[in-house]
Amino acid sequence: MKPRARLVAALACLGLLAVGCAKQAPLSTLHPEGPIARTEYGLWNVVFILAVVVFVLVEGAIVFAIFRFRRRKGDDSAPKQTHGNTRLEITWTIVPAILLATLTFPTVTTIFSLARAPKGAMQIQVQAQQWWWKYTYPKQKGITKQFTNANELHIPVGRPIRLALNSADVIHSYWVPALAGKQDVVPSRTNHLNIEAPHPGTYLGTCVEFCGLSHANMRLRVIAQTPSDFAKWAAGQAQNLHMPTSALGQKGMKTFLAQQCVGCHTIRGTAAAGNVGPDLTHVASRETFAGGIFDFNTRNLRKWLTDAPAEKPGSKMPAGVATMGLSKGDIQALIAFLEGLH
Amino acid sequence: MATITEDITTPAYDGPFRRPTETQKGIVSWLTTVDHKRIGILYGCTSLMFFLIGGSEALLIRLQLAHPNGHVLSAEQYNQIFTMHGITMIFLVVMPLGAAFFNYLIPLMIGARDVAFPRLNAFSYWTFLFGGLFIYSSFFLGGAPQCGWFCYAPLSTMGLPTTIGTLFYALGLQITGVASLVASVNFVTTIINMRAPGMSFFKMPMFVWMSLVVNFLLLFAMPVIAVALFELLFDTAFGTNFFNPAQGGDPVLWQHMFWLFGHPEVYILILPAMGIVSEVLPTFSRKPLFGYTFVAFSGVAIGFMGWGVWAHHMFAVGLGPIANSAFAISTMFIAVPTGVKIFNWLGTMWGGKLRFSTPMLFSIGFITMFTIGGLSGVTHSIVPSDYQQTDTYYIVAHFHYVLFGGAIFGLMSGIYYWYPKVTGKLLNEKLGKSHFWIMLIGFNVTFAPFHILGLQGMARRYYRYPAHEGFDFWNMVSTIGAFIIAFSILIFLINIVWTHLKEQPCGDDPWDARTIEWSIPNPTPHYNYLEIPVVHERDDWWHKKYTEDEQGNLVPALAGASEEATAHDEHAEPHMPRPSYWPLVAAAALPLFGYGVIIQWVFGAVGAVVLLVGIYGWAMEPVE
Repeated sequence: MKPRARLVAALACLGLLAVGCAKQAPLSTLHPEGPIARTEYGLWNVVFILAVVVFVLVEGAIVFAIFRFRRRKGDDSAPKQTHGNTRLEITWTIVPAILLATLTFPTVTTIFSLARAPKGAMQIQVQAQQWWWKYTYPKQKGITKQFTNANELHIPVGRPIRLALNSADVIHSYWVPALAGKQDVVPSRTNHLNIEAPHPGTYLGTCVEFCGLSHANMRLRVIAQTPSDFAKWAAGQAQNLHMPTSALGQKGMKTFLAQQCVGCHTIRGTAAAGNVGPDLTHVASRETFAGGIFDFNTRNLRKWLTDAPAEKPGSKMPAGVATMGLSKGDIQALIAFLEGLH
Repeated sequence: MATITEDITTPAYDGPFRRPTETQKGIVSWLTTVDHKRIGILYGCTSLMFFLIGGSEALLIRLQLAHPNGHVLSAEQYNQIFTMHGITMIFLVVMPLGAAFFNYLIPLMIGARDVAFPRLNAFSYWTFLFGGLFIYSSFFLGGAPQCGWFCYAPLSTMGLPTTIGTLFYALGLQITGVASLVASVNFVTTIINMRAPGMSFFKMPMFVWMSLVVNFLLLFAMPVIAVALFELLFDTAFGTNFFNPAQGGDPVLWQHMFWLFGHPEVYILILPAMGIVSEVLPTFSRKPLFGYTFVAFSGVAIGFMGWGVWAHHMFAVGLGPIANSAFAISTMFIAVPTGVKIFNWLGTMWGGKLRFSTPMLFSIGFITMFTIGGLSGVTHSIVPSDYQQTDTYYIVAHFHYVLFGGAIFGLMSGIYYWYPKVTGKLLNEKLGKSHFWIMLIGFNVTFAPFHILGLQGMARRYYRYPAHEGFDFWNMVSTIGAFIIAFSILIFLINIVWTHLKEQPCGDDPWDARTIEWSIPNPTPHYNYLEIPVVHERDDWWHKKYTEDEQGNLVPALAGASEEATAHDEHAEPHMPRPSYWPLVAAAALPLFGYGVIIQWVFGAVGAVVLLVGIYGWAMEPVE
């Protein structure tokens, strides 16, 4: 192979490798799904290509100069002394300035269009706190009764969603790369973020502003559903809990209500009305829990109820066994209860 | 002061404030030195020590992230380590390493015997050292800062397991800030007032130009962060509500103040390296700096424009479309003067006879790597695209290309270039070149993958990341790269030892250099210039050695012209200022105030006494 061919082959392999990894990257910014993320990706493509062109030109010129103007062995003569060239200076001031000026138009227009509230958007309130997300769906077209949910944001496809974000404690940042760029969530302010999903599916997201011990454990997902599936889901979420039917589940409910669980969690239809942790009325309808770091299953629930802070540093949920004094049987019953909360 | 020529037979003063006499030997001579060169060496060695510490922290970070769900560090340890890595590299390595060059070189390059305020200069160094040690003492006194290097409120004031680290952050950076502020006054005064006869502003070496810009930036930026740090301290220690949203404070105010300091700070970190590169390239191309005035003015332009771009660190905060648009545009256009610099460096090399000695390699490394960082910087200014990239590893890649590929490569170039000026010996070239190539490779293996990781959605400041999200491979690559960098630094250290033991003195002008500091012997005599030189040309020393004919061809100047300048008369050594105890004493008071806030008010009371004694001693000690 000629050296150049070898270089091309190497670059192609590298490119494939990068793309290959990107395929399994659910948070990738290079695979936009929603229209907003696509708009942002479009601008990225423009500036990226421009940057690559400039990169090749500048680095190429440097490499050329390095080889062309290196001192040959035994050559001690001095080069011609040049001090500058005003015409060149003006050129390389003005050309980049014009190039950048052309970028300002799409940038500024896109900034404004992304900030606008889309017509007919569904309004959802997002409250961030260390280290989970609380969603409140107010009563509006398509939602007959207000309800709250945690970490997993369900939305209908094809309808723009306007999130109103605020924080109960420190600054967080809401990011679902496939749907839209991030928006910081600042206490005492309400920021807005538009998202839209074109087709049903699950889109991963995460907190991207450093927010303390478990910043890495503050994840989220957006679940886009067809309008009819969404309506069904929303109607289900607005209901009170499904009473446990099994004996173990009923024991679990009793344990839950007798324990300090009620101080922090709400389960609509019971006396539990705490406001510190997520609303658990329909916790079993979620794919994940604990800031989206665990799949919702028996094994993970047992780990979590046994020692939450060990799984999620700084968690406000006390250690079940060591602090709350739960027995193995209590935990078993609690799991049965929680798993029934569809 | 450069012009003191009093009769040295005056009987020595013997009162309680008498000054130490030994200037050349022993530990006391180092503790009490007011010689800008020795202070420069102290700055350099101290920041290299911190560089090793900050680098070790980087290795810990990379070990933790080598695999998904890493267990090397706990979440809290990881947060402390990445915070300290940032604080160390910015405030205790790159800034003071720049100060080391300012100290050693500015007086030499402008033909002076010292800085304007030699004792104040010593005070700057000791304050910096004590500030750094103060911050690091946090590891033993309740926990290091864990709020990230920009320490956003209200996380830093109330959202952490312990806020003691925030106190160390606020007080420690306040102390090192005093060092920078005092030094900036000193250097601005020195450059404006103490240039040798004939050295007009446009005959100054480019490094001095860039130093002037940096020190003006420091002069205006440090007060901003000082105010912000006091507010942060008051919020954390005394329960005020500057940034507390629950009581009507505004957390975004901290961000504005921090980045209003923080963006000029970026140029404070990079401009010294740009100055160094502007000296090294002409020497090794055997051509003058291309477009001198444009390089100088683009540096000044960067200095001014650097104040108008801070909110590009905050595009996702929700400042609204108007603010975001304005800062997008200003950010795009700050790329223009930066580009002008790069093109002029290219113009300097163009048509030259390039010698690839180690300093030249590092300077070229600077240009190539900084260009990458600059271009990724331009991509951030496209706000909607930045909504995706900000706070990901793409940003981490960007600023490491600018601050490591840029600043550190440039500063390394300067270390290799001026090493003979300090020690009289050239660092070994073979080891130097392997240092360069291994560092260049290691640097790119470490930080190039960050671009990909960021675009794939890996967020910053995660103490762990889950498997199967596409982050495993490139994190492993990056960790391997980090150890390659560490290996290159080891070669650098070996080079220093080797050179010390084995290399021969290299003579006074080993690079056939251009600026007047090379007209005096290596290592520099403690009085610098026997006679204050008279400057006739830009690159005055070069023009003593060579002249240009009308076609721009170089012809050697008349024989003997260059020797004349280095003539050395042992009997007429200029009289230099005496050392002093008091800068050290006064500086020692500052960390005591810090401990007074954090541990026990008694420390503060002791600090007040020490400061009073220090200032009185300083004021009362005699000239002799």
